[in-house]
Amino acid sequence: MRAPSALREAARTARRTPLLSALSVASIGFSLFTVGLFGLVAINFRQALRTLAERVEVVAFVLRGTPAETITAASQDIAAFPEVLEVRFVSEEEALARARRELTEFQEAFRDLETNPLPASLEIRLKADLRNEQVAATVSERLRAFPFIDDVRYGQEWVRRLDRLRNIAGALGLGIGLAFAVVAVVIIGVTIRITVLQRAKEIAIMRLVGATNGYIRRPFVLEGLMMGVFGGLLAAAMCWGVFEVFRSSTGEVSRTLVFFGNTELALILLFGTSIGYFGSLVSVGRHLKHV
Amino acid sequence: MIRLHNVSKTYPNGVSALRDVSFHIPKGQFVFLTGHSGAGKSSILRLIIAEEKPSHGDVRVSGFPISRLTKKDVPRLRRKLGIVFQDFRLLEYRNVEENVGFALEVTGTRPDRIPSRVIRVLTQVGLASKAKVYPKELSGGEQQRVALARALVNDPAILIADEPTGNLDERATRSIFQLLKEINAGGTVVVMATHNLALVRDTSYRVIELKGGAVVYDSAPESPPATANPQSVRS
Repeated sequence: MRAPSALREAARTARRTPLLSALSVASIGFSLFTVGLFGLVAINFRQALRTLAERVEVVAFVLRGTPAETITAASQDIAAFPEVLEVRFVSEEEALARARRELTEFQEAFRDLETNPLPASLEIRLKADLRNEQVAATVSERLRAFPFIDDVRYGQEWVRRLDRLRNIAGALGLGIGLAFAVVAVVIIGVTIRITVLQRAKEIAIMRLVGATNGYIRRPFVLEGLMMGVFGGLLAAAMCWGVFEVFRSSTGEVSRTLVFFGNTELALILLFGTSIGYFGSLVSVGRHLKHV
Repeated sequence: MIRLHNVSKTYPNGVSALRDVSFHIPKGQFVFLTGHSGAGKSSILRLIIAEEKPSHGDVRVSGFPISRLTKKDVPRLRRKLGIVFQDFRLLEYRNVEENVGFALEVTGTRPDRIPSRVIRVLTQVGLASKAKVYPKELSGGEQQRVALARALVNDPAILIADEPTGNLDERATRSIFQLLKEINAGGTVVVMATHNLALVRDTSYRVIELKGGAVVYDSAPESPPATANPQSVRS
């Protein structure tokens, strides 16, 4: 069957059995919706972890009396480390001002100070993908080699926990995501199989009058493709609806929540289209093998 | 046109449907396949249309060796055959001309050539005036005419008819049979499986009678002569 006539045939089938076509699209839509919903939770969780990871930084305390030129030169060297995003020098005075601002409970103690006890420091922010314990430890080690560096801190225990959380979330996300995807594939496969069986008589007649398997397959595959596209669009629309309802009902709390970007939306559509296409191909192929 | 040589067919469930069946149907012949239910008529037709392959022996249809037919060859063979069944097998959502045209679409005929060929064949079966009617609105006899038109539209060399009058009343039966005779008169081989012995007796066409999967009578065998003791047809 030529592509336009296969398309016409697929459209004719959809018109002839509107309920079955609608149910098939709904079934694909809902299956993809569960995957999409999970994806939405996953990307927001990942976003939250990224926000947490923003706080990962290495602080190198500078020995008193270190000349400013030495610190400036070293800052440039450190900024050139491949793991480093930026280096910021915090002078002794700035450290004290910040402590006064942030540690209000020690106001009294700060007022009575005769000398500034706080050291100057270099605050080093790591690149986005490298904010983990291993990189922080490596950079710390390198910083300790500078003779004017007194001590280096990066909140070892906290970063370690963050790493663990990231690993668990990644594994869980992959496992559950795969399970959802498999369930979606099975449900969609069964749906498509029903549409093929519903047209078993037509397939038998096509074969009797000399249709090739390719001819018989084409309108089914096109139909599966269209169901996949519409199912994917339905899933994306439902995800958007649920996201908006959730966001408007939770107010400030969910201010930072994010929805899918174009890439994720395209992936949902691609997933639906692929399942529709391959599901039809496999279903009708299996049917043709047995008739 | 059709040659069966020492053909046996045993289905996977162990049922032996045909035993050592041999016959040859030359160009232009009209042949009745008769026998009780389960005698093997449908099994022979299924072999001829390549829905099954023989367990033993050789089946050749229009030069196609059925035992060695690949999946790609089956549509090529079917395009040389016209096939009609007792239950018509029409597509209910297509009207008469669409049902007939379907056989042309499937075989890749250019769309602009389909209408004229459909009308020609509908005229041949006497249904040109009902081209836009849907199968449900037709009588059994008319539905079988549509099925015949669909079978004929590709100008087949062989027409296979499996109990084509099984669901029809006497009048419709006669009219369908008359059509089959006309089709045969045009040079098409017609192989018709039937229970209707009255129909068989009224003609001088060749009769092959089956019993228990074997040929028990052949009114016009080539050689060797048909097995003696034919039952119902001659009685």
